[in-house]
Amino acid sequence: MSWFAAHRHDRRAPLFLLLLALLTTGGVYALLVPPTASAASTTSTDEISAGQKLFTANCATCHGPGATGTAAAPSLVGVGAAAVDFQVGTGRMPAQMSGPQVQVKPVQFDADQIAQLAAYVASLGPGPSIPTAEQVDPAKGDPATGMALFRTNCAQCHNAVGAGGSLSQGKFAPNLWQTTPTHLYEAMLTGPQSMPVFNQATLTSEEKRDIIAFVTKQGGEQPGGLSLGSLGPVSEGLWAWVIGLGALLGAAVWIGAKSS
Amino acid sequence: MTSPAAATADYLDQRTGIGGAVKEFARKVFPDHWSFLLGEIALYSFVTLLISGTFLTMFFVPSMTEVTYHGPWASLQGTRMSEAFASTLRLSFEVRGGLLMRQVHHWAALIFMASIVTHMMRVFFTGAFRKPRELNWVVGFTLLLLGLAAGFSGYSLPDDVLSGNGLRISDGVLRAVPIIGTYGSYFLFGGEFPGEALIPRLFTVHILLVPGLILALVGLHLFMVVLAKHTQYPGSGRSDRNVVGFPLFPVYVAKAGGFFFMVFGVIALMAATMQINPVWNYGPYDPSPVSAGSQPDWYMLFLDGALRLMPGGAEFVVGGFTVPLNILIPAMVVPGVLFGVLATYPFIEAYATGDRREHHVLDRPRNRPFRTALGVSLLVAFFVLVLAGSNDLIATHFHLSINDITWVLRFALFLAPAAAFVVTKRMCLALQRRDRELVLHGHEHATILRTQSGEYIEVHQPLNEHERWIRVQHDPIRPLQVAPAQDSRGVRRKGYAADVRRAKLSRLFYADRVEPVTPAELAAAHSHGEHDALPGATAQHELVPGGHGALVADEDGH
Ligand code: HEC
Ligand code: HEC
Ligand code: HEM
Repeated sequence: MSWFAAHRHDRRAPLFLLLLALLTTGGVYALLVPPTASAASTTSTDEISAGQKLFTANCATCHGPGATGTAAAPSLVGVGAAAVDFQVGTGRMPAQMSGPQVQVKPVQFDADQIAQLAAYVASLGPGPSIPTAEQVDPAKGDPATGMALFRTNCAQCHNAVGAGGSLSQGKFAPNLWQTTPTHLYEAMLTGPQSMPVFNQATLTSEEKRDIIAFVTKQGGEQPGGLSLGSLGPVSEGLWAWVIGLGALLGAAVWIGAKSS
Repeated sequence: MTSPAAATADYLDQRTGIGGAVKEFARKVFPDHWSFLLGEIALYSFVTLLISGTFLTMFFVPSMTEVTYHGPWASLQGTRMSEAFASTLRLSFEVRGGLLMRQVHHWAALIFMASIVTHMMRVFFTGAFRKPRELNWVVGFTLLLLGLAAGFSGYSLPDDVLSGNGLRISDGVLRAVPIIGTYGSYFLFGGEFPGEALIPRLFTVHILLVPGLILALVGLHLFMVVLAKHTQYPGSGRSDRNVVGFPLFPVYVAKAGGFFFMVFGVIALMAATMQINPVWNYGPYDPSPVSAGSQPDWYMLFLDGALRLMPGGAEFVVGGFTVPLNILIPAMVVPGVLFGVLATYPFIEAYATGDRREHHVLDRPRNRPFRTALGVSLLVAFFVLVLAGSNDLIATHFHLSINDITWVLRFALFLAPAAAFVVTKRMCLALQRRDRELVLHGHEHATILRTQSGEYIEVHQPLNEHERWIRVQHDPIRPLQVAPAQDSRGVRRKGYAADVRRAKLSRLFYADRVEPVTPAELAAAHSHGEHDALPGATAQHELVPGGHGALVADEDGH
């Protein structure tokens, strides 16, 4: 204590105090918030090495050996298991044709292989892990909160009910009706391509689950008949002309047929 | 002896003398053609709107007071919303038949507008707006504007995100007007957007003001149709001095009555099977979110499209006032030009034609190439703007870049109508030439004759009288000639410059033309064409049957 007392008028004292404060808050934060990369520690080394083999064979051409990135593709160090599970599980990776946006295609690996790839990438550096079944269970979320959150965070790109929408230069936000709850969660967590990342600070895991509860209710049967793609007034107008006016013109021609 | 119906009629007649009017009206003759039913589709969908709308007013609450939702729709449970939105949800999910009625009302609105536009197209392309019907065209045009007003005010009532976005855009357009814009917006919304006043105000406009005006003007419109009599398509026995058709009663009344049920039936069928404006998907209005795929109903889409096409940078500041041309041009100038041309076209055309006669026989569109081409190019411009308003959906559905689509459509807005104009005009002139050809030489018969000397002759069959009449009945319209600049005493004539201007416009309309065959031309053609019109008329022709226009040679033909 005497050392502190002796130096408390030192010019560097405020700096020192600031450092101390930062260290304390950082430490408390680290204690309270569970580390996100916990999945990596529970996976076996076998899985990681199997994943590494798969990675070298299928991914290294673009992402580079050791997944440190090349000119063609970003580094995967620290993207976490969630990113791999999403990218490979939805059929985006391994990427194929180059275009405005990596396209979805049939999934090329089975569940075990995806887990191995995820384990390998997670072992490279801490990153978001795959959510638990509990975290993505739609039944545990509140669709009303989910709808409000979806409207403010997602609808501008994905349309009001997740039917999909257009972005600039040929990029697009896809339809979300077939997406599994886990992939929904992972997409929010990792922000694929043009989509922003929604981390714990923007949307808590409960809020993510609420959104999942809302999105998984969409796209099925709707009150009032055929949903016409849930695309809004343009498709309604199109059908009003094609079916409505089409039928009525047909009727008019039929009624007027025996004329002049 | 008399039936109850006859007794009632007699009772009424003795007190009102209505019998005479009914008898007179029932014997009015109406020409019959399917395209004359387009106005009726508009009329019947309007009646459908009135019926379904009356039902909706019984449950809709036009209030912006905030309430918390506790109804059957799970995704909105506990959400704060206006009473207007909550009552729309109640109509959709709790009132028996409410959702069906909402959907009937909205589909009927879309079909109402679509039928008004097609009806207007019929009137335009056939020249039914010419004297004495110019005023009825103006009444009809006002009905079009009122239809837009009805649609827009109704679309905004449920107070959902989509309609709120539409209001926000209108608010922006209003504010873009220099000097008075901001005051106008505060006046309209009763303060800062969105305020609390708008929905009740729109409600009055939507259920009282606009339908009242439409009803009154439809009455006037139909009265003027009866007054001027209906036009008829050209045909033998039809002239500007008679009307050929069926009496209103019973033929026309039966057909029209039946047609009402068809219109209602089609709308009800659509409403029962196809969802429209699912407001529960959009949620209650809140100024912050705008979802992808936000568009107005189709009849407003061209305005949205114009806004989407306009480059954003075009605004400047004069004396402290911002003049946002990037909003004023698409949202005011574009509709101003479109509606200005439509409202005044009958008068412009009469001025260019210099024609003061009454017309009761319709034009065949091909016989008025300039008008037809102008109409088609307006439609093409409208269509380009509609596509621009749907650019995001085109991008996702055809995997295109929205930026490319926007650029292509920017050029298309100017090039496509011009191209459509030229092509349509050429087509009209070509069709007219074909008509002349037919009148002068008759139908091709697909028979080729070969004379003994080896000459080939195609046999034509002359048109019958009806066919010929349709192709020669119209008057040629020639550009107006300008009287000399000086009068007989060499004094400069007043109004010469105006005449020159008028002649220029007239030349624009009528310089390129194909005139109908005159009786003299027809006589001349017949006397010289005798040999090919009448097969085997002369002895030295040997008949050789020809197959469908192909040359057929017989054995000794080589
Ligand atoms: C044809 C080249 C190519 C191949 C092969 C490929 N990738 Fe990718 N990958 C990319 C590109 C390019 C991106 C960046 C996409 C973007 O964000 O625009 C990417 C992104 C990713 C991401 C997301 C990174 C992040 O920041 O979230 C992951 C995870 C990923 N790849 C995993 C894999 C895996 C695993 C494989 C092998 C199964 C693989 N990739 C094969 C090109 C490739
Ligand atoms: C800036 C626009 C934008 C926003 C905001 C946005 N997304 Fe996305 N989203 C995208 C794009 C672009 C993709 C496609 C990425 C790709 O293909 O790699 C995407 C993909 C997805 C996918 C993957 C779909 C599949 O089946 O392949 C999901 C799930 C998703 N988004 C959910 C959401 C949710 C939930 C939100 C709100 C919390 C949201 N997004 C917000 C643009 C956006
Ligand atoms: C509420 C909308 C409207 C209704 C209910 C309506 C109804 C009708 C009906 C039933 C007729 C007689 C049948 C027919 O020719 O189709 C008619 C004729 C006519 N309408 Fe309309 N109409 C509407 C809007 C318009 C518009 C927008 C225009 C053009 C600007 C227009 C111009 C005319 C003209 C000029 C006639 C006389 C046609 C003729 O005699 O050949 N109407 N309308």
